[in-house]
Amino acid sequence: MNENTISLEENITATERGSEGPAPAFGAPSVFTVRGLGVHYGGLPALRDVSLDVQPREITAIIGPSGCGKSTLIRCFNRMNDLIPGAEVSGEVLYHGEDIYAAGVDPVTVRRRIGMVFQRPNPFPKSVYDNVAFGARINGYKGDMDELVERSLRRAALWDEVKSKLRKSALALSGGQQQRLCIARAIAVEPDVILMDEPASALDPIATVRIEDLMQELKQEYSIVIVTHNMQQAARVSDRTAFLYTEVDEAAGQRWGILVEFGDTSDIFTRPRDKRTEDYVSGRFG
Amino acid sequence: MSEPVSPEALSTASSTRAERFRRERTRLGRRADTLFAGLTALAGLLVLIILAYMVLTTTNVALPVFRSQGLSFVTSATWRPADGQFGILAFVYGTLVTSAIALVIAVPLSLGVSLYLVEVAPRWLRGPVAYAVDLLAAVPSVVYGLWGVFVLLPLFLQPAAEFLSRTLGFIPIFAGPASGISYFGAGVVLAIMIVPIISSLSREVFRAVPVEDRHAAYALGATRWEMIRGAVLPRSRAGIVGATMLGLGRALGETIAVALLIGSRAEVGASILKPGYSIAALIANTFGEANPEGIRALVGAGVVLFAITIMINMAARMLVWRMVER
Ligand SMILES: Nc1ncnc2c1ncn2[C@@H]1O[C@H](COP(=O)(O)OP(=O)(O)O)[C@@H](O)[C@H]1O
Ligand SMILES: [Mg+2]
Repeated sequence: MNENTISLEENITATERGSEGPAPAFGAPSVFTVRGLGVHYGGLPALRDVSLDVQPREITAIIGPSGCGKSTLIRCFNRMNDLIPGAEVSGEVLYHGEDIYAAGVDPVTVRRRIGMVFQRPNPFPKSVYDNVAFGARINGYKGDMDELVERSLRRAALWDEVKSKLRKSALALSGGQQQRLCIARAIAVEPDVILMDEPASALDPIATVRIEDLMQELKQEYSIVIVTHNMQQAARVSDRTAFLYTEVDEAAGQRWGILVEFGDTSDIFTRPRDKRTEDYVSGRFG
Repeated sequence: MSEPVSPEALSTASSTRAERFRRERTRLGRRADTLFAGLTALAGLLVLIILAYMVLTTTNVALPVFRSQGLSFVTSATWRPADGQFGILAFVYGTLVTSAIALVIAVPLSLGVSLYLVEVAPRWLRGPVAYAVDLLAAVPSVVYGLWGVFVLLPLFLQPAAEFLSRTLGFIPIFAGPASGISYFGAGVVLAIMIVPIISSLSREVFRAVPVEDRHAAYALGATRWEMIRGAVLPRSRAGIVGATMLGLGRALGETIAVALLIGSRAEVGASILKPGYSIAALIANTFGEANPEGIRALVGAGVVLFAITIMINMAARMLVWRMVER
């Protein structure tokens, strides 16, 4: 066992204590503390017993074969599963120590702190400017909107490409530009975390590299959780990696995702502890 | 029996048969395709021919009146068939005003109903309510007219008209003396009649908004209403205009319900709370006892109504087109 894994495990126990008591004694407190998380769709299990921590100003990658519940997991972080009819979430998701699924917590408030970027670029059929301003407007932003739009677009590395067409429809942009616009739109709400569900899977290789570079930039200010089924991408960009895998119950005809291994990205890819992780990262299946 | 057939031979034989079959099918299919294309083109052409034929023949019937009246046919409000004076301005005005009132009431109501059904209502309620709204479209318009006169007039139209003139009477369009038998009364009943078509079309439009758009808005911390304003309505604008236009088309041409409620007075008055008249109501009311020249004038009024509908539809089409452009 190596140092990182040890510290990680200590961190988990520390945070578990921390959910009632003080924050862990060392390092920064987790942004997310997930304990025993499970999701059912229409009564059928899709994800079971996931426990992991997301650290501030780090990129946490969720990898695994298609259908293993990566999207399901990331949607738990900002309560997007609430929007899916029949979805039920059990277990705990603590955001800075606070249970976001507790009674009385408004998902709208949660989502204003935790931004999300989707697999398919989904700008609104509005101008570039209005796309970026949308979130700030509904949040009652009082400052200089022009300045906020420019700042957000700059941070999303898109400003130079769109500054002359702010009033043009966002749908006229290329796919890669649209995705960076979606990132700018998420940033404009000034969130604390950005969730990305396969943000580059619909993009060409060059646009993908731009998004990956951008993530490294954004990491300075935000905590990022990214789903990807591209292992190289996870290895390139992330600090920690969670490997999910599908477990099958032949008798009951059911399948669900489980967290096989969670740790430092370098460990997951070079010194995996679990045989399934090793097989997956070495490309033997999935 | 005979020598065994090798699997290869079998597969080649069947593959050539399949090949021939496929070729035959394609040839047949191609012939059917041509036939189908020809038939649909013919049907389309037939519609155009009938339309052109209608325009030409009706215009031809009305031509003597158009000639004798000149432009005053549409600019004069004097309608005196006995004296050979045929000015239809009052009817055109009434048609436009009642339809406008109908839209002002029906569009927000329909959008509200369909937004409720698509975005808010619990799942089990959606089907039944949508079905009930759609069923309203199947009620014959004479039933709407009679119901308007015997039920809605004393219960709502008359009191509402009086209330409007009492509270807002200083604005010319609400000036008294107020009557439920008026542009207002006819407009309200028209509104009820066109709610089903506008709401069932806009319901489809709202349903067609991609779930990704909705999620994008929600993920930014939008409430349901903010999501609707930010994601659903912008995507639906063109469709809403289309739905409105179909409703307007029905309102402009509606005859019997308007004839029963508008009051049949050929005047151009500012107040919507006073009796008026509409083109369709005029034709329905006076066609029976019109003299030959009067009949030509009524047909001419019909041609004008047709022209109005066409112009409004073209304007709407341009509006939609410009929206899509942006
Ligand atoms: N909206 C939904 N309704 C029902 N089942 C769903 C829904 N979304 C996902 N699932 C099921 O949950 C499982 C995990 O899906 P998902 O989280 O999308 O996997 P991944 O993102 O890893 O490909 C799949 O079996 C999928 O069929
Ligand atoms: Mg997915």
